[in-house]
Amino acid sequence: MSYLAAFVLAIISYSLINNVVLSRFYGICSFIGVGNKIKSAASMGIAVSFVIIMASLICYPIYHFILVPAGVAFLDTITFILVIASLVQVVGLFIKKFSPSLYRALGIYLPLITTNCAVLGVVSENTMSNLDFGMSMANAIGTSIGFLGVIIVYACIRERLESSNVPNAFKGVPIALITAAIMAMAFLGLSGMVG
Amino acid sequence: MKGQHKQSFLAGLWKENPLLISLLGMCPALAVTKSLEAAFGMGILFSIVLICSNVLVSLLRKVIPEEVRTPCYIVIIAAFVTLTKMFTEAFLPELYSTLGVFLSLLVVNCVILGRSEAFASKNGVFDSFLDGVGNGIGFTLAICIIAFVREVLGTGRLTFGTTFTFIGDANGGNPFIIPILKGEGYDASFSVFSTPVGGFLVLGIVLAIMMAITNAKANKKKVDERLAKAKAKAEAAAKAAEKGEAK
Repeated sequence: MSYLAAFVLAIISYSLINNVVLSRFYGICSFIGVGNKIKSAASMGIAVSFVIIMASLICYPIYHFILVPAGVAFLDTITFILVIASLVQVVGLFIKKFSPSLYRALGIYLPLITTNCAVLGVVSENTMSNLDFGMSMANAIGTSIGFLGVIIVYACIRERLESSNVPNAFKGVPIALITAAIMAMAFLGLSGMVG
Repeated sequence: MKGQHKQSFLAGLWKENPLLISLLGMCPALAVTKSLEAAFGMGILFSIVLICSNVLVSLLRKVIPEEVRTPCYIVIIAAFVTLTKMFTEAFLPELYSTLGVFLSLLVVNCVILGRSEAFASKNGVFDSFLDGVGNGIGFTLAICIIAFVREVLGTGRLTFGTTFTFIGDANGGNPFIIPILKGEGYDASFSVFSTPVGGFLVLGIVLAIMMAITNAKANKKKVDERLAKAKAKAEAAAKAAEKGEAK
């Protein structure tokens, strides 16, 4: 199989089969927290996707060309979190300068991305399973697509759910988790699609 | 133990349980609860990081400038997570590989960051230590409940000794198995509870039960208050009637 085919298959696998939220459990907080309005869900999804891709792009050379040769590979977590935090700041400044309307749309979600486990999760996964640069990027792109798609679909369901009659004890987060369970069940059907 | 110390210890255990009441730290609660052992291991490591970072943040609370406090907390937590990771890799390699990325993800765990921000940065060292212990035990208990339900329903039995290998070694090299729903000749387990679906389902139902308990308590309080008010009114009326008779 050519590298390109493997790359495309990896993107499909990371976005649908090993979906970031529904089967790898990254970023549940933001998923449950902002997933009740389509507009904010989409803004959050775009911002997170952007940071995931940028962080993977930057952390790969830092890990393989600085930390490993210097013999301090154990400092990976602390370095990555600093890179992600400063990246979020820089991205915020850039968006503020070039597209104030997008900046206003993202609003408070931008600083929250630093503590979104999807970003650190993808970067740590890349180094832990020793993926090469192409596969790391496939993981980042696939995860972004998966996160964006699932959070928007989920927000649509939650908006409909708001006007329905839910038992008192299940109101709020419990019914949101049950909804996620049913979505995860649907995604289980996709497992085995890529060998 | 003085009242305030007791309060900071007990709050995290049940009344303000980080997972069941404050709804924080859901990622590890879903990801590592496939088996009771892994959940217990995660709970212990979580507690160690939480206690250490709480104590250090509390010690440094007058040194850290207000404007850059969040990055400082993250660096402190990341340092302890790195240490914990290295110890786990050296002494419990099976636990390390079971938890995988979620050990690194303790850095961005909302509970640990939240306790630094909300408690340790404002309170003394001893209180912060107790708060860490209370929240640690509370979180461990909560994820162990979820893991117990998922493992029993998903695999039909409880297995000890695959993650903490020393239990297996003590048992002559085999893991220690307690059959519950699955044994010789019968199998009543639902494998769906071992998949991600089971995680969402069990956590959702556990949270709903907690919510029902809280609602019932609030209702009872309301009814009690109303009864007390009605009683007071009746007594006042009786008194007034007595006075009228006396006149």
